[in-house]
Amino acid sequence: MSSLLETFRDEGLELIQELEAALLELEETPEDSTLIDRVFRALHTLKGSGGLAGFDNVAGFCHEAETVFEIVRAGERQVDQALVSLTLRAQDHLKGMILHEFGDEAVDAEVTVELVAAFQALVPYQQNPLETDHEEAEGRHDGQATYRIRFRPNPSLFRQGVQPQFLLGELALLGDSVVVAQLDNVPALNEIDPEECLVYWDILLTTDYDEDAIRDVFIFVEDDCKLTVQKIDDGSQLDQPEDYKRLGEILVERGDLTESDLGKYLQEKRRLGEALVAEGAVNDSKIKAALFEQERVQKLRKERKTHDAMESIRVKSDRLDKLVNLVGEMVTVQARLSQLASSRVDADLLGISEEVERLTWDLRDQVLNIRMLPIGGTFTRFKRLVRDLGTELEKDVVLITEGGGTELDKTVIDQLNDPLVHLVRNSIGHGIESPEVRNAIGKPRKGCITLSAKHTGANVVLTIADDGAGLDVARIRAKAVEKGLVSAQAELSERELFNLIFEPGFTTAEEVSSVSGRGVGMDVVRQAVDALRGSIEVRSEAGKGTAFALKLPLTLAIIDGLLIDIAAENYIMPLSAVEECIELTRNDTEKSHGRNLVKVRGEIVPFVRLRDEFSFNGRCPEIEQVVIANLEGVRIGFVVDHVVGEHQTVIKNLGRMYQDIDGISGATILGDGRVALVLDLQKLAEKAEIKENSKFT
Amino acid sequence: MSKRVMTVDDSATVRQVLQMTLEGAGYEVLQAVDGVDALRKLASESVDMLVTDLNMPNMDGITLIKEVRQDPGNRFMPIVMLTTESQPEKKQEGKSAGASGWIVKPFKPEQLLAVVRMVCPV
Repeated sequence: MSSLLETFRDEGLELIQELEAALLELEETPEDSTLIDRVFRALHTLKGSGGLAGFDNVAGFCHEAETVFEIVRAGERQVDQALVSLTLRAQDHLKGMILHEFGDEAVDAEVTVELVAAFQALVPYQQNPLETDHEEAEGRHDGQATYRIRFRPNPSLFRQGVQPQFLLGELALLGDSVVVAQLDNVPALNEIDPEECLVYWDILLTTDYDEDAIRDVFIFVEDDCKLTVQKIDDGSQLDQPEDYKRLGEILVERGDLTESDLGKYLQEKRRLGEALVAEGAVNDSKIKAALFEQERVQKLRKERKTHDAMESIRVKSDRLDKLVNLVGEMVTVQARLSQLASSRVDADLLGISEEVERLTWDLRDQVLNIRMLPIGGTFTRFKRLVRDLGTELEKDVVLITEGGGTELDKTVIDQLNDPLVHLVRNSIGHGIESPEVRNAIGKPRKGCITLSAKHTGANVVLTIADDGAGLDVARIRAKAVEKGLVSAQAELSERELFNLIFEPGFTTAEEVSSVSGRGVGMDVVRQAVDALRGSIEVRSEAGKGTAFALKLPLTLAIIDGLLIDIAAENYIMPLSAVEECIELTRNDTEKSHGRNLVKVRGEIVPFVRLRDEFSFNGRCPEIEQVVIANLEGVRIGFVVDHVVGEHQTVIKNLGRMYQDIDGISGATILGDGRVALVLDLQKLAEKAEIKENSKFT
Repeated sequence: MSKRVMTVDDSATVRQVLQMTLEGAGYEVLQAVDGVDALRKLASESVDMLVTDLNMPNMDGITLIKEVRQDPGNRFMPIVMLTTESQPEKKQEGKSAGASGWIVKPFKPEQLLAVVRMVCPV
């Protein structure tokens, strides 16, 4: 067999010849639909074969020409001299593209672009929808879930050449499945048509894949069957009761029994299953399927519960706090040991010091891990809140939670409760429209609030999203002007406008209700998140909804810090906010004419001189360092004398006297016993901004 | 005994890719260049499955599928259509004619095999 490339070359050149012949004839008789078909088919085949043989350029190029001829074929465009000439040029070009692979000179890329543009100009609008994406992501679900599937094919299924057992086999590959065949549609033997598929199936599937992956198995028969897929147990939710539904409930949910019949049979003294079968209300195999489901879910939930119980013991949280404090002390002492060891020429001491360092870090990670709790418990409490508020405000709202297994430090979780309550209240109060309004604008009656948590690096991002009306930018602006927060002429980006809602006393609600409108809340949310050294970001689209993303550190006690110094004093910056460090020479400073701006790879970044901020006198070094930090999506530089390096920072509170100093969030003890202050970069940036603004107004 | 697949496509490149992929996975492959050729060969050969292009000269894929389904011996044979037209109406037309499934060109070998295995495992 010749190689695939050679096969394609031979076929391609043949097709190009065919294309040329058809085009030349078409020039004579432009109305001839057989000729138009020939041109189209040649291009079409060339595209398909080119794609398969790895000639993506040929395939892509043919696609443009093919699109035009598809329009011609549909009678929406006439063939004219110009089109024939253009396609003839394209045909020569295609030949060059193919032969280039076999040693000929490459085609002129500019000509490719020109021809493609010429074809595209002939397409009145986007003719072809997006090409189907073949790189479908594996539909993995976060954690294991159990689905109840009923696959009820049309009787004609066999005549479609489809064998249901292969589909069920395919489904079984996704996870642990139980299949029960339902035979109640199968008639008496003398009435059976063996060519018809009269059986249908109930399947119970426990899988890591999501619902789309399950539906994909049935993609070829989706129009020829009734398929129901219902999630009946979600492994990532921790709050489910251990017992599952009763048999009667399951049968009603499955549509195998009506509610009123259930009531009737429950009054009998016999067991429900027996009564139903004896009376012929529900047949045996349906009960079997329902019992399988009941048993499976009960088993799964029990397993999860014992799994949790077996591996945990209850410890008072203050004991854990003490342990964390001790580890903190130890990290500090270890830093001293490391510093001492590195200053002496003693290999043994250095060896021991490194060993202690490694163990301390391990110990630190383990101890901090103990304090980690899944956020799911907090999420569960919101179900009730959403339900109650929904009733109170006459709104139909459903709460969806995702990532309940994500773990956060206990202290962080405890302090998160209030801000989350505020945000969820706001979503229901301001965001979600009333069912009537939603109906009128074509949204589903039920509003939806999603609470989700996920890890990103050293942070956890909590998102509270609703599918409500979105923030009203114009109203926020008007209100902000009215309150004197911004001037009427101020040019504000969408982001800056959104951030105004966090200003104290800000509200756009016309009436005060018990839920929202007092304007206390959003600023409290901001404060609480700040206190947790987190940040908050708002995304909103009018009519589509609003999302608040809270980015929070995994832990509060010990952080990775960047040690810097200014005028021989040490400070710590949280490393999670730092993007990079660059140099700033005196020359740079002079060139910038007193404006605090620095160019970082083409982007202008404003900076704050911490020397000025802290009112240090004395000369700054010839070459200073700018630490570029990313604060809620905005890049800001902080000018320091030196960047010393990374430092494991055990954060100590400053005590009541000093805790309200803006810009300082705590302190830590360095290896040599000195104290370094931990900087709150967000606050420092805000202070600098205020100063900067007042300079110009 | 290995399963026998007939592949129908007017493009030699597509036929070669189909043959290499299917033979590699343990299928036996019989080739045809268009609908007419396929029907002629099906009259004397028996196959377990048909993979056919839709857009072909002489006899297109849809007509071929309808013709094949006329033969009582092939009424339940899996038929997969190959198409670059990902428009639903084309798929629907093929399904009404009696196709079991479809593969959108250009495809990767593993995508072809996933579909073929689903309707006709080795």
